[in-house]
Amino acid sequence: MLYWLRGVILGISVLVLSFAAYAQEVSREQIKGLDEQVQEIKSDVLGIAAELNQLEEKLLYPSNTQVAIFVSLASGETFRLDSVEIQLDGKQGAHHLYTFKELEALQKGGVQRIYTGNIRTGEHDRRCLSSVNLREAPISGIRRASRSIRMWAPRWWKYPWPPKALR
Amino acid sequence: MYRLFVSLTILIFAASSAAAGTSAPKELKDLYFGEALYYSFQGDWFDTIARLDTELPQHYELDEPELDSLYYHINQAEFAVGDFELAYRMHRRAGRAITAVIEGNVEEQVRNEAIFRLARIYFQKDQPVNALYAVERIRGGVPPQIRDDLAFLRAQIFMANGRFAEAARILRDLQAAESLEGFSTYNLGIALLKDGEELEGRQYLDRTGRINSSDDLTLAIKDKSNLVLGSKLLKEKKFEGAKQVLDRVRLNGPFSNRALLGSGWADVFQGRFERALVPWCVLVTREVTDASVQEAMLAVPYAYGKLNVHSKAAVMYGSALEKFGTEIDKLGASIKSIREGYFLRALVREELKQDANWVVKLRKLPQTPETYYLLELMASHDFQESLKNYLDLEELRKRLEAWQGDLDAFEEIIEQRRAYYEPLLPAIDREFRRLDSQMRLRLEQRDRIEKRLKAMLVAPRPDYLATSKERIISEQIVQLEQKLTASGTAVLSGIDVRIKRLRGVLHWNIYTEYDQRFTEVHKHLRDLNHVVDRLKRQYAAFVRTRQAATQSYEGYDDVIRRQRFLIREAREKVGELMARQGHMLETMAVNELTRRRERLAEFQIKARFGMAESYDRATRAQTQDKVSR
Repeated sequence: MLYWLRGVILGISVLVLSFAAYAQEVSREQIKGLDEQVQEIKSDVLGIAAELNQLEEKLLYPSNTQVAIFVSLASGETFRLDSVEIQLDGKQGAHHLYTFKELEALQKGGVQRIYTGNIRTGEHDRRCLSSVNLREAPISGIRRASRSIRMWAPRWWKYPWPPKALR
Repeated sequence: MYRLFVSLTILIFAASSAAAGTSAPKELKDLYFGEALYYSFQGDWFDTIARLDTELPQHYELDEPELDSLYYHINQAEFAVGDFELAYRMHRRAGRAITAVIEGNVEEQVRNEAIFRLARIYFQKDQPVNALYAVERIRGGVPPQIRDDLAFLRAQIFMANGRFAEAARILRDLQAAESLEGFSTYNLGIALLKDGEELEGRQYLDRTGRINSSDDLTLAIKDKSNLVLGSKLLKEKKFEGAKQVLDRVRLNGPFSNRALLGSGWADVFQGRFERALVPWCVLVTREVTDASVQEAMLAVPYAYGKLNVHSKAAVMYGSALEKFGTEIDKLGASIKSIREGYFLRALVREELKQDANWVVKLRKLPQTPETYYLLELMASHDFQESLKNYLDLEELRKRLEAWQGDLDAFEEIIEQRRAYYEPLLPAIDREFRRLDSQMRLRLEQRDRIEKRLKAMLVAPRPDYLATSKERIISEQIVQLEQKLTASGTAVLSGIDVRIKRLRGVLHWNIYTEYDQRFTEVHKHLRDLNHVVDRLKRQYAAFVRTRQAATQSYEGYDDVIRRQRFLIREAREKVGELMARQGHMLETMAVNELTRRRERLAEFQIKARFGMAESYDRATRAQTQDKVSR
């Protein structure tokens, strides 16, 4: 019995100190090696994602017609945003219900791209976009054009809530 | 032995580093950077990095990047990429990104903060020598908000490199740091013990074990410190001291089961079996899967046996035996379920994203393993990292699968556009060529007129501004003159005078009205310029639209083919890595469960032996009682 008792006492020490020892059957080197390969594939997939983003933008939202609408909250806003609906020329462009995490991200200063689409040159429904006039964008190269449009589209985005655009 | 505790401390800090420290700028100028932050604030690291990876190269490709709105945030964005990559556990890439910041032309404080992060990466990745090399490169001032964290990291790095005296020196200076309350004292105790300063080391552990705080992390480190010190005293057979220290561990903390078990043993070694029963009887009512609880199920009847309550001991051994049998069966079923892949399938369910305790709650699902046995394994750094990698791989797998579908959709769009535009474009191009030649002709005419008008400013030519009527009359006069001359007859003096008068009137009108006409012509030219401008805008709009039409379906084949190839390769690699990572997780879980099952099997033998012995003694006691009577 005393032998058993000694065994139990040693057991206590092992128990107390055996947090990280469980994984040791799988060697550290194996874990490390696999982790590095996972990092590599993450990097590869991120590369694919960046190229696909560009391809998607070029194919689906060319710079001369692209319009993107962003939503952000003015700092210090305390209300609980439940949902946002965007209407473009009277048609529903986007409708979004906010999760707690998303709302928190907006409150921290994040900006949500709620809608990306295409729009013809000309005046559009002011309820949604405050004078989106692509002719006025200083187009001199694809990149700059898309940036200018992006600056135009969300003209109202930092105005006090709720903007006229949103119902 | 203490190395483990050092790593436990690291674990607690590693967990806090999962959130990146990047915050939104005071005035956000670039919406796409704001969008990346939006994802980062939700912990969606892949989308965050992908967004920045798309934006940053485009920014650098611009002829004049200073005109781009991202220019205002470029330093923060570059720095944040490394931060986000670190949060996404891409330590190698994060290391490169941060190294680039360090080697760039940045302020001293920014540079030092970058080195701090780099050193932390190395430290977390178990590369203490590299971490030391990095942290030694810090020169000059550091941002006040990281000063204490940097000193603490430096101390941890010294400890990991076996330089305990230097670590202790730093940790002594950190004793006043509120943010590190408990951690600095505990680590100082460990560093001193490792440095051979036993007495002082114990004093600091003891001090940590007496901290008054309401902070959960501080209370956890307080419990851990008491547990470490108590176990150490128990091992050194200082049972009274051990008991006092172990009794300081909270009853509802994560270390309470082990403390209760140790506290009971401290009593037993002093022969105080009744007192040992107090913590153990609390312990045996707790979750049966806990190793300390299982041990207590043997320890309680053992104490009763020592108190000569053999019958109760025998009954309790029997109860323990039964429970061990149930648990062994449960463990067997769990091992089977893991081997059949249910564990991995349950791990990747969507609920995990919504509930951090999902892995623990798995046990409620049918055919999933008993996760309570895996709690300690799951708390280990290696398992956590492997699990996160597995979940990340699963996310990558889903994304790649979706992208494959996206490419199919892109190709379909391209084909539809081609089918729409190709039959239309030849006729449009023909019409455009016709209009284009007309337009060029008119523009040339306009240019000629403008040139002539400019010349007239220097050398006035009233005849150029004669109206068409005046030109016709002039022609008629010339014809009349020719006729008169050709007939050879003597011209009547009256006719000759009249012709001259007519020519004079014409000449008079043209020359006297020249200024007015010249002004009007300029007005007309201005009007024409407006029309020409509109024409040119329409022309440019048409050319853009025409180009866009072709560009909407041409030039994508190579890109899509390349993307398909990359996605296919990545999917194969992800599949292979998932299999390997999953197998590793399964192996860890099976090993752990097997270890626990073997331990329970040993306990079963001991319980059987104890039960038999207790029955034996109880019977013997009864016989002796009868004999004595």
